[in-house]
Amino acid sequence: MSKGKKLIFRLILMVFTLIVLLPIIWTFYTSFKTTTEFLDNPWALPKGINIENYKNALIKGNMVGYFKNSFVTTLMSLAFLLILAVPTAYVTARYKFKFSGAISLLFMAGLFVSQNYIVVPIFLMLNKFQRFLNQYVVFEHLEITNNLIVLSVVYAVCSLPFSIYLLSGFLRSIPKEYENAAKIDGCTYGQILSRIIVPMSKPALVTVIMFDFMEYWNEYIMAMTLLSEKKWTVPIGLANLMEQQKFATDWGAMFAGMVIVMLPTMIFYAFVQKKLTEGISLGGLKG
Amino acid sequence: MKSGRSQREKRRFIAVCTIPTVVIYILIMVVPTINVFYMSFFKMSSLSLEKKFVGFDNFKTLIGDGKFRQAFANNIFFIVSVTAITIVLALFFAALLKQSKLKEKPFYQTVFFFPNVLSLVVIATLFIQIYDPTKGILSAGVKIIGINAPMQGWLGEATSARWCVAAAMIWQAVGYYMVMYIAGMDGIPKDLYEVADLEGMSGIKQFFYITLPLMWEIVRVTLVFFIISAINMSFVFVRLMTPTGGPNGKTEVILTYMYKQAFTNSNFGYAMTVGVFVFMFSFVLALISNAVTKRDIVQY
Repeated sequence: MSKGKKLIFRLILMVFTLIVLLPIIWTFYTSFKTTTEFLDNPWALPKGINIENYKNALIKGNMVGYFKNSFVTTLMSLAFLLILAVPTAYVTARYKFKFSGAISLLFMAGLFVSQNYIVVPIFLMLNKFQRFLNQYVVFEHLEITNNLIVLSVVYAVCSLPFSIYLLSGFLRSIPKEYENAAKIDGCTYGQILSRIIVPMSKPALVTVIMFDFMEYWNEYIMAMTLLSEKKWTVPIGLANLMEQQKFATDWGAMFAGMVIVMLPTMIFYAFVQKKLTEGISLGGLKG
Repeated sequence: MKSGRSQREKRRFIAVCTIPTVVIYILIMVVPTINVFYMSFFKMSSLSLEKKFVGFDNFKTLIGDGKFRQAFANNIFFIVSVTAITIVLALFFAALLKQSKLKEKPFYQTVFFFPNVLSLVVIATLFIQIYDPTKGILSAGVKIIGINAPMQGWLGEATSARWCVAAAMIWQAVGYYMVMYIAGMDGIPKDLYEVADLEGMSGIKQFFYITLPLMWEIVRVTLVFFIISAINMSFVFVRLMTPTGGPNGKTEVILTYMYKQAFTNSNFGYAMTVGVFVFMFSFVLALISNAVTKRDIVQY
């Protein structure tokens, strides 16, 4: 390829690089601006590093609390997901039994269902259950609808079809000999799963965890519907900061909030970037 | 005797592995999905859950509902515009990176993919700031070339609002599909291009005669993704960027309309009728796009 052509290609690619990066760089430096500086040219750099915005976002905007909620929810969801998905994926992929086909089909069908339509019936169902429980004194203070554990279970279940689909595909490719050898050595079925299969499926598990981590950390609609203020996760906290700045003109806090939400995903991306794009190329397709 | 015990053990293992997952899955995903369909035949107002069976009345209302029709038309706009532009850009950049063999290729790939890992809420907030009439960089940017930004802001202007939302969706998606297309191009044997080079075939011709036909299957699969993700992403973007549905309802989409019917108007039955429509619509559209794009798979 000629040098001139390469230069043109590079120019085109640089233009799109700028389109992607400029808004993010702009967010970062704008988050240090004081309120008066916001009235200047939007492109201008801040005169100093003003961390007041971060204080406002973290404490007044309670992003610290929302961060904690998001962290807890994401971890619990991943735990629930692995407990629910791994044994089912293993059994349906490796054993033939009466309902194995039906179960696989049931989870495959779930690939077509989006959280966005079932959010309404889920909300109504939890509400009904809540009212039922509140009739009993013992459960008077038990909250079902505004509960991070319940949200985590909902998250985990909603990502089951995709996760099982991905795991089964991988599990089917493991040669039968490993299980046969383990059986001869006297391993129980549970031991075969935990000692042989799980360590061997690490690549597939990493892919599943990566995709689902992002899904849980970034989710908005379900969390917004099921949670109220104290239990909010980071995306709702940010959306709230945005609502508030319309009236309070605390633009700085919102930009700081954006950075706070972005940073963990950026760090995460820096670590798994290569695996993530590989996962997509290998047919780890998310809808 | 021993095999009998082992058989029983195996059965118990299978039961322990599958039953809890299947039960909780049915409870949280299958039942609500069935409920979407079931509830669409009822008139339900408020949380008291008093419901009245109305047959297909909700569906009749839906057909005559002007606001719903507008939302549906807007959804079609998002599906078509976002898919068309993203597919062209993603294929273009994928081919560019593949053909040029630049040594900084991984850098571009990393950068272009990055928006895909961000929360949709961050992206929506970011674009609202970009479009802001006073403190946004877009207005300040176009001023340099002598264009005046619309007074009510880019998102408040009927002609630009939809494109502004679409731009955010495209910005988010290009890198993701580019990575998929690069993977597809990696699977095409190199000698085909070597022969084409010897024959003096231009890069553009190579793309249309070799690359595109040989990765057509991947393009087809992504079309279905595009349809489903355009419907779902537009929900979050529109809800955050134009909470009222935009100027004259210009950005309202079916899922934001469904959500409003449910949680603003407490019209749960009707909301689920809209839900059924979305469900069927995305399914049918996926089938159509699959049938229309069917080609004989080129062997190599």
